[in-house]
Amino acid sequence: MSTDTSILSRRTGALGQLSDTFWRKPKILLFLMLTPPLLWLGVIYLGSLFALLLQSFFSIDDFSGLINYDFTLDTYRQLLIPSNFDIILRTVVMATLVTLASAAIAFPIAYYAARYARGKWKVIFYLGVMLPLWSSYLVKVYAWKLILAKEGILTWIFAKLHLTWLLDAWLSLPVIGGSSLSISYTGTFIVFIYVWMPFMILPIQAALERVPGNLIEASADLGGNPAQTFRHVLFPLALPGIIAGSIFTFSLTLGDYIIPQIIGSSRLFIGQAVYAQQGTAGNIPLAAAFSVVPIVIMGLYLWMAKRQGAFDAL
Amino acid sequence: MTAVLFQQVSRHFGAVRAVDSVDLAIAEGEFFAMLGPSGSGKTTCLRLMAGFEQPTGGHIEIFGETAEGVPPYRRNVNTVFQDYALFPHLSILENVAYGLMVKGVGKAERLKAAEEALAMVKLPGYGTRRPGQLSGGQRQRVALARALVNRPRVLLLDEPLGALDLKLREQMQEELKSLQKSLGITFVFVTHDQGEALSMADRIAVFSEGRIQQLGTPEEVYKRPKTRFVADFVGSSNVLPPDFVESLGFGRHHASLRPEAITLGDGPGRKQFSGRVTASSFLGAANRVTVEANGARIAAMVPASTPVPAEGATVTLSFLPEDLHTMDGAQ
Repeated sequence: MSTDTSILSRRTGALGQLSDTFWRKPKILLFLMLTPPLLWLGVIYLGSLFALLLQSFFSIDDFSGLINYDFTLDTYRQLLIPSNFDIILRTVVMATLVTLASAAIAFPIAYYAARYARGKWKVIFYLGVMLPLWSSYLVKVYAWKLILAKEGILTWIFAKLHLTWLLDAWLSLPVIGGSSLSISYTGTFIVFIYVWMPFMILPIQAALERVPGNLIEASADLGGNPAQTFRHVLFPLALPGIIAGSIFTFSLTLGDYIIPQIIGSSRLFIGQAVYAQQGTAGNIPLAAAFSVVPIVIMGLYLWMAKRQGAFDAL
Repeated sequence: MTAVLFQQVSRHFGAVRAVDSVDLAIAEGEFFAMLGPSGSGKTTCLRLMAGFEQPTGGHIEIFGETAEGVPPYRRNVNTVFQDYALFPHLSILENVAYGLMVKGVGKAERLKAAEEALAMVKLPGYGTRRPGQLSGGQRQRVALARALVNRPRVLLLDEPLGALDLKLREQMQEELKSLQKSLGITFVFVTHDQGEALSMADRIAVFSEGRIQQLGTPEEVYKRPKTRFVADFVGSSNVLPPDFVESLGFGRHHASLRPEAITLGDGPGRKQFSGRVTASSFLGAANRVTVEANGARIAAMVPASTPVPAEGATVTLSFLPEDLHTMDGAQ
């Protein structure tokens, strides 16, 4: 009988031979699987990013509107004129505030999910966090426009709670106020937080999930009260997750051009500036220079996070 | 003085009675072992002492003070965790100094104390490393130093030697024992290893199903097990069925008989019985011979110097009457 031999007969057919070959030389399979995505990432994605970077070193001829293909830093100098620099400053401040607020709101939710939610409640948590991602981004933003509008439900709730004075006082504040929430920076801020929240919750939850429960107990056992345990154990160990989440919320806010266009004052953010410069204005070099700004800021941010030891616990 | 006092302490998780009406009193300076299989409630008892769990019933005192409702960080009790629970983001020195840091001890002073504690557990100069760079045995010592640097009144050890290999474990057992003697701190030690409990502890509480089956010195627990469970779990005592015990003339009870109390052949003043050899295995210093007698399987430890009877042979075995202990109400 054939089963009496300890080496079973060779699989016949091309597929059988192929899987034998892959088993003996696993690197061939890895090479075949990775080549297409690496080509995509390396050539098409990074290549076009590089082309964009190159554009920012060209300038535009003010009279003809044609691109002048000589190396110059003039376009970057243009970023520093007050009207353009305000756009950058406004976007960076908004992105920073959105990131800080998202982290503060996301942490307790992520903590609950990682430490306490089990079984059914974990499913409900994931659904609750992911569900907003299943509907169109535009639909959500327009829904918020209605919620925040002067005739919207939020104004109505404030009136029912006899808190209209509070809302009015808030809206009368300079810079962050406006004639209604939907056309104020406050509104833009609220919607940014809402839309990016899942991107902050999930990495923090993943980080907290990896913190063994007995480290919390060990800290308490050694005399650390809950605040000390948070500061010296929980926060440092969750930091990689917070940094990962903040990279999402920060960079997404830096680049977004839809939310500030629909909700908020008409003042521009970086994303809108890029959109306007490459579209109607046709100033590709300036659009490119604007889009380099978030890349540089993110690079600086990651470098600083690494220096602070944010990734040591990875 | 009583270091830890449990009065009718229970801890139920839903319908599960992890700890069920436990009474115990641990004296100051005592090396106390809680022994039992997993799920027997010994670790939950330890967690009740540390403050990680709150009792669902009963009363706990630590050095005369009521412990219910007192959070772990307000108890002068420290724990050496089973898997050490060292902080991965801190250096060894920072780990050891952690307890002093959260109590507000100045940096120079706490680092000096941490360095001394590391020297005490024979790891001087290891302070700059991270926990991930140490071996299991070294991490175990760091965990010990981290607890002892706080000068706790009670040190709780949750199977601290479980993850170490045999040789290291034996070495650590001796070191722990001498450390406990020199420091005079009350040690409460949880283990499922009966050899560890017998060799280290002043007293042992044997746990099963959330209750203490027997509490006594290692010798008492080993030689005079009160229940069949204790006889089975502590060592590998023969539990003799009532019929067999009656046939030997001790009355109708379950009884325990240590394998090493049984010898091949007869002698003056000894009780004898005969059985058929069913198996034997070589254990180094002795042979373990299993015989079948009156329907009971009985193991005997025979010194390696005596010849091992062949399987199937009928042999005469004997023991001293005082080595047989009858057990009341044994399940």
